[in-house]
Amino acid sequence: MVHISVTVDGAQTQHDVEPRLLLVHYLRERVGKVGTPVGCDTSNCGACTVLLDGKSVKSCSVLAVQADGSEITTIEGLANGEWHPVQSAFKECHALQCGYCTPGMIMASVDLLNSNPSPSEEEIRAGLEGNLCRCTGYQNIVKAVQTAAAQGGAR
Amino acid sequence: MTETVERPLARENSVGQPLRRKEDARLVTGRTNWTDNIVLPGMLHMAVLRSPMAHARITRIDVSGALQRPGVVAAYSAADLGDANGSIPCVWPVTDDMVSPPHPCLAIDEVRYVGDAVAVVIAADRYAAADALEAIDVDYEPLPAVVEMPAALAEGSPLVHSESGTNKCYTWEFGGGDYEAAKAKADRVFTRHYVNQRLIPMAMEPRAVVANPTGPDGEITLWSATQIPHVLRVLLALVTGIPENKIRVIAPDVGGGFGSKLQLYREEVLAVVIANRLGRPLKWTESRSENAQVTHHGRDQLQEIELAVTNEGKILGLRVDLTANMGAYLHIITPGVPLLGAFMFNSIYKMEALSFTCTGVFTNTTPTDAYRGAGRPEATFAIERIMDDLAAELGVDPLELRRRNWITHEEFPYTTIAGLEYDSGNYEAATARAVELFDYDGLRAEQKARRERKDPVQLGIGVSTFTEMCGLAPSRVLGSLKYVAGGWEHATVRILPTGVVEVVTGTSPHGQGHVTAWSQIAADALGVDPSAVQVIHGDTGTSPYGMDSYGSRSLVVGGVALVQAAERVVEKAKVIAAHLLEADAADLEYKDGAFNVKGSPGSSKTIQEVAFEAFTAHNLPDGVEPTLQANSTLDPSTFSFPHGTHLCAVDIDTETGMTKIRTYVCVDDIGKVINPMIVEGQVHGGLAQGIAQALFEEAVYDDAGNLVTGSLVDYLVPAAPDLPHFTTDRTETPSTTNPLGVKGVGEAGTIASTPAVVNAVVDALRPFGVDDVRMACTPERVWRAINDAGSKGGDRAAEGTVAYGGATTESTAGGQGDGIEKTGGQA
Ligand code: FES
Ligand code: FES
Repeated sequence: MVHISVTVDGAQTQHDVEPRLLLVHYLRERVGKVGTPVGCDTSNCGACTVLLDGKSVKSCSVLAVQADGSEITTIEGLANGEWHPVQSAFKECHALQCGYCTPGMIMASVDLLNSNPSPSEEEIRAGLEGNLCRCTGYQNIVKAVQTAAAQGGAR
Repeated sequence: MTETVERPLARENSVGQPLRRKEDARLVTGRTNWTDNIVLPGMLHMAVLRSPMAHARITRIDVSGALQRPGVVAAYSAADLGDANGSIPCVWPVTDDMVSPPHPCLAIDEVRYVGDAVAVVIAADRYAAADALEAIDVDYEPLPAVVEMPAALAEGSPLVHSESGTNKCYTWEFGGGDYEAAKAKADRVFTRHYVNQRLIPMAMEPRAVVANPTGPDGEITLWSATQIPHVLRVLLALVTGIPENKIRVIAPDVGGGFGSKLQLYREEVLAVVIANRLGRPLKWTESRSENAQVTHHGRDQLQEIELAVTNEGKILGLRVDLTANMGAYLHIITPGVPLLGAFMFNSIYKMEALSFTCTGVFTNTTPTDAYRGAGRPEATFAIERIMDDLAAELGVDPLELRRRNWITHEEFPYTTIAGLEYDSGNYEAATARAVELFDYDGLRAEQKARRERKDPVQLGIGVSTFTEMCGLAPSRVLGSLKYVAGGWEHATVRILPTGVVEVVTGTSPHGQGHVTAWSQIAADALGVDPSAVQVIHGDTGTSPYGMDSYGSRSLVVGGVALVQAAERVVEKAKVIAAHLLEADAADLEYKDGAFNVKGSPGSSKTIQEVAFEAFTAHNLPDGVEPTLQANSTLDPSTFSFPHGTHLCAVDIDTETGMTKIRTYVCVDDIGKVINPMIVEGQVHGGLAQGIAQALFEEAVYDDAGNLVTGSLVDYLVPAAPDLPHFTTDRTETPSTTNPLGVKGVGEAGTIASTPAVVNAVVDALRPFGVDDVRMACTPERVWRAINDAGSKGGDRAAEGTVAYGGATTESTAGGQGDGIEKTGGQA
């Protein structure tokens, strides 16, 4: 067991964890952040994407022990009093259907806009390549990211 | 930030508006209820040991080692479970002599595909359960496996179920008119062989179940990531012997299904049975690899299709001979899936005769069952592919060939050769709109120029004019096809004492936005605001009747049931209102949520006031029961028939074989639309899955029966850069067979798009003598098709794999195009 201390959505958490515990399982099962889902076991789908010290990571490809001392933002902590522009744009543009990919898609989009505040359609599609959606065909996701960008989505 | 819908006093219709979804506030903030989120006190975790071999005898199995592992509470093989190890039923025995072998939850003595469940471990957490699987001792004696259908049907093939004496599951025949007579009259008989490859549905949420046996009076609750909580409850009762009234099934938030969660799965039965035995809650969550291996697959047909035609391209008759892969066992509707396509091969075309035969085959592969479209994409693919191929053969434009054969809009209602009455449609209008949006003539001119200058990047144009049947549909028709269940749907509408509305539906959404759309329908039917409507679904405890969601049936059946229930509420309320207003019910009109006495302004009662009266029951007319609610259980009178025209343009780099979709235009006619935003989303998602079949996805087995595309690394679910921007539009020809005028949209995009894309690929390559490219049309297959002169297609998956197939693509006709030279190496 390894003792780790992580800030998750603004709250300090401390746990003893097995070294092999994946960050996503740590978040879901130890911290109770079940808003971040798991969609695969090969780090392909991106459903588990969170921000680790402000950069998007697939939390299934990070060990909980690697996150020791860092700050994590999940979909549950993204809204800060009011929704993040990306969250609003996803609803406005119907960028989700079942919503399973949505937490990861939103977190990846937030990171994308932070590094490129006004991306072209092609840049959005390339930027979200690591996130799979089986429902939407991506068109409305692209539109949502464009909409959020127009509203100053990099926040 | 949440949306509020401002409404002026005289309310506008909500139906037809792109109302933003009520579902989304939770989904975009992570306040979700996926089954895997559920944690219950004392909950245990299940892990499943699966066969590493496609076919083997289990000579010894010993689970005791697992019991020594830390955290392990129990471990079971089939023998340990005894009678409780139930068998998954097939509810669609398509013929009287269909072979329907046992499908035990844990394999007994023999395993029949890689992933077949062998034993389970129950432990305190998911890691401990998974770790202990390795301590189970199983001795396998390998048996010969058969993975390809032609080999499975060949004399002397290894048998998947030796006690059956055959790998043939059934042969089902169907038809109309006299095909031989039509053929005798024909100038030409045009035969093609297509392969509709096996696909993996890959809903983003893997399956999960939680069983809690500690309910009141011995009730067990099963949460499952399922599309069919109601059907599941019936099946669980039948399989486990637990009285149906002691089982409650809940489908919480469900992350996509596409048919793959239209099932009774072994893990659902095992979780219920074992949780009951242990008296503790039990969870099982599927890994993605398990999902690829054991959640049912879709498609997988070898298609022989033949058109008897005149020299002018008029279709006289159609013959279809399918070979359909069942996999190793029959799941609930495995054998019936190809039959759902039987009625759709003739599509929108007029003809004198149809002859259809389907042979179902067992192989040592994952069972197949419904995947988005279920039978209809396969049918549409074959007919639309052969229409483009025939057009090339005859040297006519593929759209013109369709015009010569389709049902014209004046001819509706039209009874097809398959015996279905199409109520409405306008193929001319949808096609004209698509041609305009696509710039068909402009692209054809560009194609000609590129061919002439031997451009290394060739342009291909593909056409698909499709129809499909939704609604699954009059129960009597389903009965005549030997399907065991009905096709009705249930709705309850209640106005609660405080005036808000509760809608209970038997449909079970998993991404389709029913909560929003049903709110819109109820709002208009009752004259209230959609925000005043609460929609309850997906829980047999709160919505006890239903047939759930699949086959684009929810709106055309469930939505119509809702309208009927709402109308009944208004009828009842009218009687009460008349009493309160001391008027004759016949003199009341109902508008914007209130009853008014005609010609006497000022005397009115809102439905909310009536609801409160119905609650207190102090002053109800004689014979009227308290409470304001009504039910409807609707059995549709017929199927519904959406249609549309899809046009696809691809650029193919003939030097690398890379295909890029340049333009995709679809004009769908799904009748009236409740929420155009949701409809467009359904079309986009459908297109993505249909295009994925054409270009990317393929479940591939090796010779030994190993699924080599068993994860998202090898199975290419398209990501955002892989797909184009879609141009979508609609024409609107209302259905005449239901009061909403709706037709269903969930599967349209998937059904139509696959042939549009492959037709475009083949069209680009026709000058090279190519007349087919096997799906998925990967760069390798396209390149080989171009470079293997005289090849009938890029059929060059590794020999011995299912992708290789054993079927070849051939044509009885010549027509190799004008054969421009290869352009490799030229500028
Ligand atoms: S769950 Fe992390 S990438 Fe799929
Ligand atoms: S919305 Fe369902 S997977 Fe993206």
